[in-house]
Amino acid sequence: MLEIKNLHKSFGDAHILKGISATFEKGETSLVIGQSGSGKTVFLKCMLGLHTPEEGIIDFDGRIFNGLKENEKRQIRKEIGMVFQGSALYDSMTVEENVMFPLKMFTNKIKQEMLERVNFVLNRVNLHNTNHMYPSELSGGMKKRVAIARAIVMNPKYLFCDEPNSGLDPQTAIVIDNLIREITQEYNITTVINSHDMNSVMEIGDKIVFLKDGLKAWEGTKNDIFKTENEAIVDFVYSSNLYKKVREALLKGQ
Amino acid sequence: MTNLEHIGAYFNMLGQVFKKPQKWKVFWELLFREIDDLGLKSLGIVTFIAFFVGGVIAIQTALNVDSPFIPKYLIGFATKRSMILEFAPTFMSVILAGKVGSYITSSIGTMRVTEQIDALEIMGINSLNYLVLPKVIAVLLFYPILVILAMFLGIFGGWVAGILTDLFFTEDYIMGIQLEFNPYFVKYAIIKTLVFAFVIVTVASYHGHNVRGGALEVGRASTKAVVWTSVVIILLNYFLTQMLLG
Ligand SMILES: Nc1ncnc2c1ncn2[C@@H]1O[C@H](COP(=O)(O)OP(=O)(O)OP(=O)(O)O)[C@@H](O)[C@H]1O
Ligand SMILES: [Mg+2]
Repeated sequence: MLEIKNLHKSFGDAHILKGISATFEKGETSLVIGQSGSGKTVFLKCMLGLHTPEEGIIDFDGRIFNGLKENEKRQIRKEIGMVFQGSALYDSMTVEENVMFPLKMFTNKIKQEMLERVNFVLNRVNLHNTNHMYPSELSGGMKKRVAIARAIVMNPKYLFCDEPNSGLDPQTAIVIDNLIREITQEYNITTVINSHDMNSVMEIGDKIVFLKDGLKAWEGTKNDIFKTENEAIVDFVYSSNLYKKVREALLKGQ
Repeated sequence: MTNLEHIGAYFNMLGQVFKKPQKWKVFWELLFREIDDLGLKSLGIVTFIAFFVGGVIAIQTALNVDSPFIPKYLIGFATKRSMILEFAPTFMSVILAGKVGSYITSSIGTMRVTEQIDALEIMGINSLNYLVLPKVIAVLLFYPILVILAMFLGIFGGWVAGILTDLFFTEDYIMGIQLEFNPYFVKYAIIKTLVFAFVIVTVASYHGHNVRGGALEVGRASTKAVVWTSVVIILLNYFLTQMLLG
């Protein structure tokens, strides 16, 4: 379980996070949603210590992360997998080397064992015959899959994904979403996903945290989201005509 | 950030760089790659420049000492002295600051803006130690070799210039380069080279690691890194010369 209490983060005068608290459970895919610029990425990076929050507690199963020294943080980070908004694959390495990299750095496995593990996770994300390709030779969706494979290769306890399906077509996006959810359940991972995509919310939102103006404006499950009267989230969800029509139909039906 | 803060941050960075590598096997691999990237790939330009600079010094000296009272072996002597004392260590370092420095800043800067550095940190890797230490060790090992090579090539270039221009005789030139050979000067040149090599890699890495933004900022950072590296090299050269020879 990952517990965040009263997180504050500013850049100069801009107060981006104004005291956010949330808990994320094992085996669940939790979604952090909100408009572009609402601070989702900042929130995620604060949880991982890539930004230093001014105030607040980040608690990884009883370990207070933000009080730790840099090398103690590294210890916890070995249990974390992260899929970046832009995939962040290492340009100078092939797909195979990218995925093998954490194993090479942190285990004493022999090459053959590492290769087996790499092929297993690449298989898991449905990537075949791409081992020797470089990131620049992959499509956006393939990059995301490699990034997911790299994030799970060490069997992480926590998985963070920053907009894992942005820039993908709706079908591929759903495949990626479901892949993350399956992996989360299969390995009982605590997963936090940033998204502004309503499809993802409906597909895999075990828990949804809605950020607005630097605060948590709403929290619930994907089933609650269509019933809520909370104005902020209603505005957000029904900003598209498609969902407006769905809501009108729902209201008429009642 | 003010300049003073930058200097503080730079020394802070050095503290992160000089730590035991997290995995020796990976470190050795990277070291050999950096020797190739930063060292072997600079052989061409160093060879080219040293050869021609040596030639130019020899010709210039020959044209300026046409008085019968000045012995001709002075040409070889002057070429040797200038190559060893200044051109090989300082001139080459400024050239390498341009070539290697901008390469380091832009490659690390690109990794920064595409979140590859964050990806390293998230995995629990000390990105500065991982990226910068192999580069520092690689240049400390390889640049003395490059500079000694530049000395030889420069002196050789001077001799070739003599043959091609008929401005002086081979015997005089050889006599000049054998005159008063002082091994301390070579040591002095190598000490300077080691200091400059360290500056090139660490200043360039600092600028790359601190890029914020996108491709444009990476370009700006590269330019800035080269300017700063050259300034620091020229200033240090002044002080080192005074300290070691004064
Ligand atoms: N390093 C930084 N320095 C200064 N301001 C920043 C920095 N990173 C983010 N911000 C600001 O914080 C705010 C939130 O940015 P953030 O990237 O978290 O948005 P987001 O919700 O992830 O948006 P998107 O959905 O577009 O990715 C923005 O106003 C941005 O300008
Ligand atoms: Mg974002």
